[in-house]
Amino acid sequence: MGNGTELPHNPAEPAPWISTKQGGARVKRRRVSWDQFSAVATLAPSLLLLGVFVYGFIAWTGYVSFTNWNSFIPTFSFAGWQNYISVFNTFRFQSDLRNIVVFTVLFILGCLVVGMALALLIDQRIRAESLFRSIFIFPMAISFVVTGVIWSWILNPQTGVNLILKAFGVKTLPTWFLSTTIVPNITLGQIQIGIPLALFAVLLAAVWQMSGFAMAVYLAGLRAISEDIKEAARIDGSGGWRMFWSIILPQLRSTTTTIVIILTAASLKVFGLVYAMTGPGQEFVTDMPSLNMFQTTFQGDQFAQGAAIAIVILLLMAIFIVPYLISTLRQGRAS
Amino acid sequence: MKLANVLKAGSALAVALSLTAASAAPAAFAAQSSDLQIFSWWTGVASSKALRSMIGVFNHEYRGVKVTNEAVAGGAGSNAKAVLASRMEAGNPPGTFQVHAGGGSLLSWVQAGDMQPLNALYQSQGWYKVFPKSLLNLLTVKGKIYAVPVDMQRGNVTWYNPGLFKKYHLAPPTTFPVFFKDAAVLKSHGVTPLALANHGNWEATLLFSDVLLGAVGPAKYDQLLTGKASWNSPGVKEAANLFNRMMSYTNSDYSALHWQQADQLVAEGKAGMNVMGDWAQGYFTTALHKKPGVGFGWAPTPGTKGTFGVVSDVFGLPSKLKDKTPTLNFLKVLGSKQGQDVFNPLKGTFSPRLDANPKLYDAYSQAAMKSFKRDRLVLVIGQGAVNPGFTNSFNNAMEIFVTNHNVSQFVSALTSAAQSNPLS
Repeated sequence: MGNGTELPHNPAEPAPWISTKQGGARVKRRRVSWDQFSAVATLAPSLLLLGVFVYGFIAWTGYVSFTNWNSFIPTFSFAGWQNYISVFNTFRFQSDLRNIVVFTVLFILGCLVVGMALALLIDQRIRAESLFRSIFIFPMAISFVVTGVIWSWILNPQTGVNLILKAFGVKTLPTWFLSTTIVPNITLGQIQIGIPLALFAVLLAAVWQMSGFAMAVYLAGLRAISEDIKEAARIDGSGGWRMFWSIILPQLRSTTTTIVIILTAASLKVFGLVYAMTGPGQEFVTDMPSLNMFQTTFQGDQFAQGAAIAIVILLLMAIFIVPYLISTLRQGRAS
Repeated sequence: MKLANVLKAGSALAVALSLTAASAAPAAFAAQSSDLQIFSWWTGVASSKALRSMIGVFNHEYRGVKVTNEAVAGGAGSNAKAVLASRMEAGNPPGTFQVHAGGGSLLSWVQAGDMQPLNALYQSQGWYKVFPKSLLNLLTVKGKIYAVPVDMQRGNVTWYNPGLFKKYHLAPPTTFPVFFKDAAVLKSHGVTPLALANHGNWEATLLFSDVLLGAVGPAKYDQLLTGKASWNSPGVKEAANLFNRMMSYTNSDYSALHWQQADQLVAEGKAGMNVMGDWAQGYFTTALHKKPGVGFGWAPTPGTKGTFGVVSDVFGLPSKLKDKTPTLNFLKVLGSKQGQDVFNPLKGTFSPRLDANPKLYDAYSQAAMKSFKRDRLVLVIGQGAVNPGFTNSFNNAMEIFVTNHNVSQFVSALTSAAQSNPLS
């Protein structure tokens, strides 16, 4: 490295990468290369760990999904698409795909609507604002497993909230997560396509837990909208709903995108909530790909099929995340 | 100076790497030859206490050998299974590990050539005479015995509420006609006849396994479980129809319940009967403080009198193990009368040895021991006794069958499950 004529760097001085004002062109060039080196050196450990423990294992899972390793004993002979074909041909996995799509769409809609409503209410400069903010965001601090257990008690048809409904004279009590009804019930492949009503019980718990997060992000977004724009709109005579639809909502577009992306990721890998609350459910009305993957892999010892399910989940995730990444990159370049 | 910085960065990296490497495989290379590593899922309150006492008996005879349960040290449950599999493959097996008797994981390991036969040990310890021959058959592959049974539990038991049965003059449901007669009477009095819990998606499989056993008899049942008979058969269909008929007498919220809650319904008189393995009796006596025969009654499941559904934990000898002496010594204690008499009363199970002391156990276990010695022994689906892939597919088929009651769809799902997951 150094050629001896360099200024020695002693600990009392600021580090070379901090000072940029002093020094001639020759030294500056050297400093840039030192910057690059230190950047690489700083990032290398985490890149290496990410490379091995995330991307390496994704590659490994992908490899396993094309092998015949479907028993306790590892066998790595090539199976082609066989694992994917047999997984897609099961009633259970077809149900999983239906459930995860229905769940994700309704979960995100629910969180956006509830979160926005809460944010708008809190944004009215109410008294004890921070208290309410905390109350609404607290559920997020709870583990999904705890949420699942508590809501399975609340919504248990024999013991939970139904007893209150009964006391109020409700005749036909909801069966919550025990319902096997699917609306509108169109037969496709081996399964019925539609919205399994049992999922609403799970959605109730999930939205309860995560809408506080949407609220917090929306609140930050609302506070970032400049008063000038709102003032101008007011002078132009718009208020109330008109103001919300035409001024506030368009300003919150990127906020909404952020929430949608984060919640989608949470939704596609939902496991603990369903595992603790309902399990796969009768006729797999509340089953999710992650649950299927876990049981296939660790209870059935069908490692290759489990890996195939994992890769499908990854691809589902990519469908949502990649467009977002591309658009952020474009925005980054434009600015 | 810069060189020093570079070195610093480099060494930080090295530390980070070695930390991750160290946490990934801590004890695998640290064991001394005199130590014994075991893999056991006995980590609950009662079972870990029982295991500790068994290790105590071992250490009394073999001093200075430290026994560690690697399944605890390396993370519980499915993680332990994966760790075990990778260590077996890498030629670095633990001293011994826990499996269920039957054609599940034990058979997989034997077929992979990873287990050593124990016939010589059985010979030297006189165990051929001490354990029932039909139990040893479940541990035998091609004439060679591969494991030592430590405890015994029964999978085909109907638990019932004696108060209700007395009140309505009902007979214990040992046959299907009696079961359905009892169920009709209970239903007419507003009591749920059969409490069912299926939150774990294995309880209904256990019930069906027992119904199948009662419907086709032990000989045909054995053939089905060992792949010698087709699942697409009239007997399986008959069992599926009986199961459907039983389902019309159950509570509707079974998906929300765990097995303990179903037994609680029986204990409280809200339901008449429940089918569950005899681990339920520990729940009746310990958690609900009920006396055997007074607070809860039991009978073999309908049509299975004279047959005992075996759920037994066994330990074997990995063939790639370098120093086999500590393991062989440990297996000697696991199979001994002394070890089993200490272990089983604490665990809530009973000793499968024919010379076990009945006085150590309560009224239920004494009755179960009598049946065990006399009855024909069979395996139970869903208790680690058959190919795990088959069990998983079976559970999946069951999750659909409990709701849609479609017998032909169910039977064809079982048939294809048996084809894609060989049972022998």
